[in-house]
Amino acid sequence: MRDRHALDGKIAPAEAHYGTVVVGAGDAGIAAALAAAGAGDTVLLVDENPVPGGLIGSDVPQFFGGRMTAAVQNAGRMVEQVFASNPALAAAFGAGIDVRLGTAAWGLYANGPALQAMPHAQLGLADTTRAWMVGFDRLVLATGARDLVLGFAGWDAPGVMGAQGLHALLVRYDALASRRVLILGSGGLACETALLAQARGLDVAGLVEVMDTVQAPAELARRVAAAGIPAYLGHSIAATRSGIDGIAAAILRSPAGADVAIACDTICLALGAIPATELLEAAGIAAGGAITLAGDAAGPAPDLAYVAAWSQALGRLAPADTIVCQCEAVSRADVLDVRPPHYLARPPALAARTLATLAGDGPAHPDQIKRLTRAGMGACQGRRCRTQVACLLAEAQGVPIEQVPVATLRAPVRPVPLHLLADWQETAAMAEGWDVWFGIPTQWTPYADIGTPREAEIVANGGNMHV
Amino acid sequence: MGDLPASASVVVIGAGVTGLSAGWWLAQSGIDVVVIDKGIVGWEASGRNGGGCSHYQSPLFAEEQRLWPQMDELLGYPTEYVRERIIIQRDHALLDHYLAVGRMCTAMGYRVDPLDSAHAQALVPLTDESCLGGIHLRFGGHANPQRTVQAYAWALQDLGGRVLQHTPALAIETAGGRAAAVQTPRGRIACDALVVAAGPQAGLLLAPLGIDFPVTAARAEMIVTEPAPQMPIGGVDGNGLYGRQTLRGNLVFGGGPHEWIATTATGPAARPTSPLVRSLARRVAEMFPRAAHLNVIRSWAGIVENTPDGRPILDRCENITMATMSGVGFGLSPASGHAVRDLVVDGACSFAEISKLGLARFAGLAPDWREQRGWQA
Repeated sequence: MRDRHALDGKIAPAEAHYGTVVVGAGDAGIAAALAAAGAGDTVLLVDENPVPGGLIGSDVPQFFGGRMTAAVQNAGRMVEQVFASNPALAAAFGAGIDVRLGTAAWGLYANGPALQAMPHAQLGLADTTRAWMVGFDRLVLATGARDLVLGFAGWDAPGVMGAQGLHALLVRYDALASRRVLILGSGGLACETALLAQARGLDVAGLVEVMDTVQAPAELARRVAAAGIPAYLGHSIAATRSGIDGIAAAILRSPAGADVAIACDTICLALGAIPATELLEAAGIAAGGAITLAGDAAGPAPDLAYVAAWSQALGRLAPADTIVCQCEAVSRADVLDVRPPHYLARPPALAARTLATLAGDGPAHPDQIKRLTRAGMGACQGRRCRTQVACLLAEAQGVPIEQVPVATLRAPVRPVPLHLLADWQETAAMAEGWDVWFGIPTQWTPYADIGTPREAEIVANGGNMHV
Repeated sequence: MGDLPASASVVVIGAGVTGLSAGWWLAQSGIDVVVIDKGIVGWEASGRNGGGCSHYQSPLFAEEQRLWPQMDELLGYPTEYVRERIIIQRDHALLDHYLAVGRMCTAMGYRVDPLDSAHAQALVPLTDESCLGGIHLRFGGHANPQRTVQAYAWALQDLGGRVLQHTPALAIETAGGRAAAVQTPRGRIACDALVVAAGPQAGLLLAPLGIDFPVTAARAEMIVTEPAPQMPIGGVDGNGLYGRQTLRGNLVFGGGPHEWIATTATGPAARPTSPLVRSLARRVAEMFPRAAHLNVIRSWAGIVENTPDGRPILDRCENITMATMSGVGFGLSPASGHAVRDLVVDGACSFAEISKLGLARFAGLAPDWREQRGWQA
């Protein structure tokens, strides 16, 4: 007997199948695609760039911080720019690889303990006109790294961005609307970002480091110093000044407690980057077998002790109303006191609850913070606040951040409009077997009618009676 | 995390919405209650569902309806409860079907108003002229499951009850045919009475006691959009979907095929969604054409248990009270906890006749009932 309302047999095979699918057309992705094509494989190479202007404005997939020029709204120009900035793409086309730009991978589906209905593993793709599924024998996720974001007073103003976002706007899109940038961090990423920005004609106001020494290897640190870029060691950000165009200055707090104003229109967080493994995390599966990670996506996790040191230094100076989650306007105080959103009352019992009391019942999970405060529930899908919430949880519980679970990622890992994500060609079995809820007719028989002649009549009325 | 007590008057296994409400009701009666869970409160389908509170078919419904409007005050924490629901349709046969369901509810004393297309469009601004009409339920409503499960947990703590998270029940110890203690990895808790509200895991826990508690688990999926302008009534179903617009504005909808999954003692390792999310997106876009441009920003799956007839089990055997609401436990929770409290304390439900929800109805159940229904992984 089959349950005609069950999922098995209803999911269509992918509309196309490739020997190798590569996500991400950076150096690692193109190398993997060329190697597969060279071995005679059929290869699909997708890259989400150019990302639609609307998503860039929502800080997806990087923390672009509102410092993009209007050029990002010109789709044709953006495609040209992506080609111009990535000469290796021409080689991929030349090798007969099916290259799709402006195509985001939003979901990965493979059978596992709680999902057996997939006819085969599939990757969900979307561009600006439609969504579709592809099958693969081998999948290479060369999805790069995403920005690691920590907040401070005023970081929600235009002009605060991540190093990955800055790099993308500066190099890939040539659409960065910054003139003078202050860089947070002094590790390899921060120093390389500073040198790149300067080489591209930006004024680099300096590096800010809460630690007492420059974190980058000596040779890199020497090059930054030689470039005349000052390093503010032992400093943190106490405040920012903003005007109608966003950030105008950063107010640094010196080790002696003095405030130093640094004029800048951009503050770039370069404390580390997070391997972009959202597809795997959302699918609940690990790399291995048919699925491999390549390039920065396979890179190490950021130095969490360093991140925690920064979080604590910023937290000491951050007013309680400092925003943590920009999408849902959740502040530090909201997270620390597990306050509900503004449209709900905060009765006395709730006012007595805090992150500390939650941790006392714990260990607490960042997903609890999501459901209580809404931090991480917005359109950027938690990209800007996940690390901050994890740091706050670690601090509240007095444990290393490594011990705090990661807030859950869910597909679609890129926002996709309803009408594009929609499967307008779903299988006939899907439509025929559709029920609001399980299709168990006896479930909806009014209690008084159970065991009476009316029961058969009501059951015959069908299972689709969920109200 | 709280210390493991050596004993409690009542131990509740399962901090899903039914177990939490039971614990809250028991604590209100001044009973020393401990609720234990393998994970975090409301971590399974109790915190991941459509939030509907409109189960007209249940003997607990009148009590559910009485309580929901008071729950924020009774618990002391917001649940985001909002009254009333609307069901709209864009298919003539489905519309007729729901008009009939509406007439049935009205005959039961729960008022339902039919809606023509114009009225439906006025009440549901995100739809358009493709909506043929619908029904307006002047009862029921919806609430935020995630917020509500935490509210129950906190409220029962405020009354002196205890919630022990990350404390799975490994086995039930018996003495003379009665539950004597619950074994956990952190030690045992002796009890005078036991409540088993362990969802899919309830069957595994009760089987060694010779109690056949027939449930089987399935995975169901929902999608969430970015916020839309607030509609006058957020509880809008239709087009094969159930769900709601949250007070924040997000459209949260599920429906369609489920997947039966194997149940393990430790619960699901992962709760993946599938490409079904694309069929859900299609139906949401069809139901709300004026919201079709909105981004889907996440999806999720919840694991629910079902009984062979899809009806709750509420029963007591010696000092063991057993409860499952068979996949629709959230909305019923204010009343189901009350019923469990009554069974534990008084041996009978004080506010409704529930004899048809007992285990006795499954006396003749074939051992292969899952296979007969195709309800297997």
